[in-house]
Amino acid sequence: MINKINIYKTFLLPFSFLLIFSFSAFSQTENETGKNPVSSVPKSEKFNAGELIIDHIIDAHEWHIAGHIAVPLPIILYSSDKGLSVFSSTHLEGSEVYKGYKLIKNDIVAVNEDGTTNEVATAKLWDISITKNVASLFISILLMLWMFTSAAKAYARNPGKAPKGMQSLLEPLIIFVRDDIAKSAIGEKKYKKYLPFLLTVFFFIWINNLMGIIPFLPGGANLTGNIAICMTLAVIVFVITTVSANWNYWRHILAMPGVPIGVLVILTPIEIFGMFLKPMVLMIRLFANMLAGHIIALSFFCLIFIFGEMNTGLGYGVAVFSVAFTIFMGFLELLVAFLQAYVFTLLAAMYFGMATDEGHDIHNHVDDHDHKRNF
Amino acid sequence: MELVKPAFGLIFWMCISFGLILYILGKFAWKPILKMLHDRETSIQEALDSAERAKEEMKALQAGNERILADARHERDQLLKDAREIREKMIAEAKGLATKEGERMLKSARENIQNEKMAAITELKNQVGVLSLEIAEKILKSELSSDEKQKTLVNTLLKDVNLN
Repeated sequence: MINKINIYKTFLLPFSFLLIFSFSAFSQTENETGKNPVSSVPKSEKFNAGELIIDHIIDAHEWHIAGHIAVPLPIILYSSDKGLSVFSSTHLEGSEVYKGYKLIKNDIVAVNEDGTTNEVATAKLWDISITKNVASLFISILLMLWMFTSAAKAYARNPGKAPKGMQSLLEPLIIFVRDDIAKSAIGEKKYKKYLPFLLTVFFFIWINNLMGIIPFLPGGANLTGNIAICMTLAVIVFVITTVSANWNYWRHILAMPGVPIGVLVILTPIEIFGMFLKPMVLMIRLFANMLAGHIIALSFFCLIFIFGEMNTGLGYGVAVFSVAFTIFMGFLELLVAFLQAYVFTLLAAMYFGMATDEGHDIHNHVDDHDHKRNF
Repeated sequence: MELVKPAFGLIFWMCISFGLILYILGKFAWKPILKMLHDRETSIQEALDSAERAKEEMKALQAGNERILADARHERDQLLKDAREIREKMIAEAKGLATKEGERMLKSARENIQNEKMAAITELKNQVGVLSLEIAEKILKSELSSDEKQKTLVNTLLKDVNLN
């Protein structure tokens, strides 16, 4: 019981600080947006579920909370003409032009003096703003750093003792990744080299998945359901696989041992394609799963407003079912959050295992020594 | 389609952040945690092994005890058996000795009796001889008490003599 309270304390304290911080930020933005008449959207506009869902699951240059309340985020732009420019996202609200930049939908474009888009300058523009997803990424990274370094300190503080607090939460997962993912997929001899990466990837995906489920500020950004994040992770996996691949791996891709030349003509391109397909599938799986979870949750909520628009009573009636379904989906998403982290890590480990397989395993290795083939 | 268009900024920050966290966690979290886990696992394994060994030793000890006990019991049985045998042997020997002694005594007694008997018989014979002589003497005396009777006797004796 005391342990539980401790966990809550250790978990919730930083979150509550973040909340206090963010509330102070809201009040500021509220005032500013209040002064700005352009940003107020007419209330009579028809409810558009698709637009709302897309708005919620894509990246944004400000962290939208509710109504006109949003946390402003820093915008960092680099262009070879104007150099580096850093300013708050409040300057670009309501299609305002600031320092020759303008926000169209979610893209920042360079504009001319008369307010028209300057295509040439836009092409040379590098947008490295701290967007909603980047901010969420930073929060998750800080959270992870705090979680694991504190756990590591706890290990150093009482060596050889039973784990407690954060340790006992993380230890089974660390052991799970080590024994059931790394050791089983890569093998006893080589897993140690890849274990730090696998652990980091596992917890990165899992924590960000969970943060995505949290609907309010520290979470709510659809980070793991963002193609850029999934792509980066998949590319890292691909690079590690390719760099650590041994002769056996390349031989199996370029010319599968024990396969006649005629078949190789067809097989080799497929294998080469498969080499790129593997990380691609990794990316799409994570991306689609997390995106779908967010879309489903949002769709249920949108149902309330769609029905509410027809009839207020109907809206309330549907709300009961929507909330019930969303709660159910929330539990499912908790499972999916873990499952996707597991699947991504397991597949990455399997690719590493394939890349470093020595080919001495009798069961999955075609022995080519009998065939007297030369490569 | 904005949904599947990877944003450069996000990739940029992701690479930096992920690289950073991979490095920091790898150095300051995974390394000590995994080492500690490994150490603890080995210590647990060692403790288990030593417990197992202790159990084995205990079992061996117990087996030894049992063996010693069994040996002692066996020895006791052996001793008892030996004692019984010795007793029986002694009794048998004593019995044999007594029988022999008795027999010897009987024999000597019998011999004595025989000797005594023989002596008595001899004595009797001698007595009978003496008595016979005395009787004969008395008879002769009575037979040759007169001259007449001596003459008749000589005549009968001479009659018997056959002068061939």
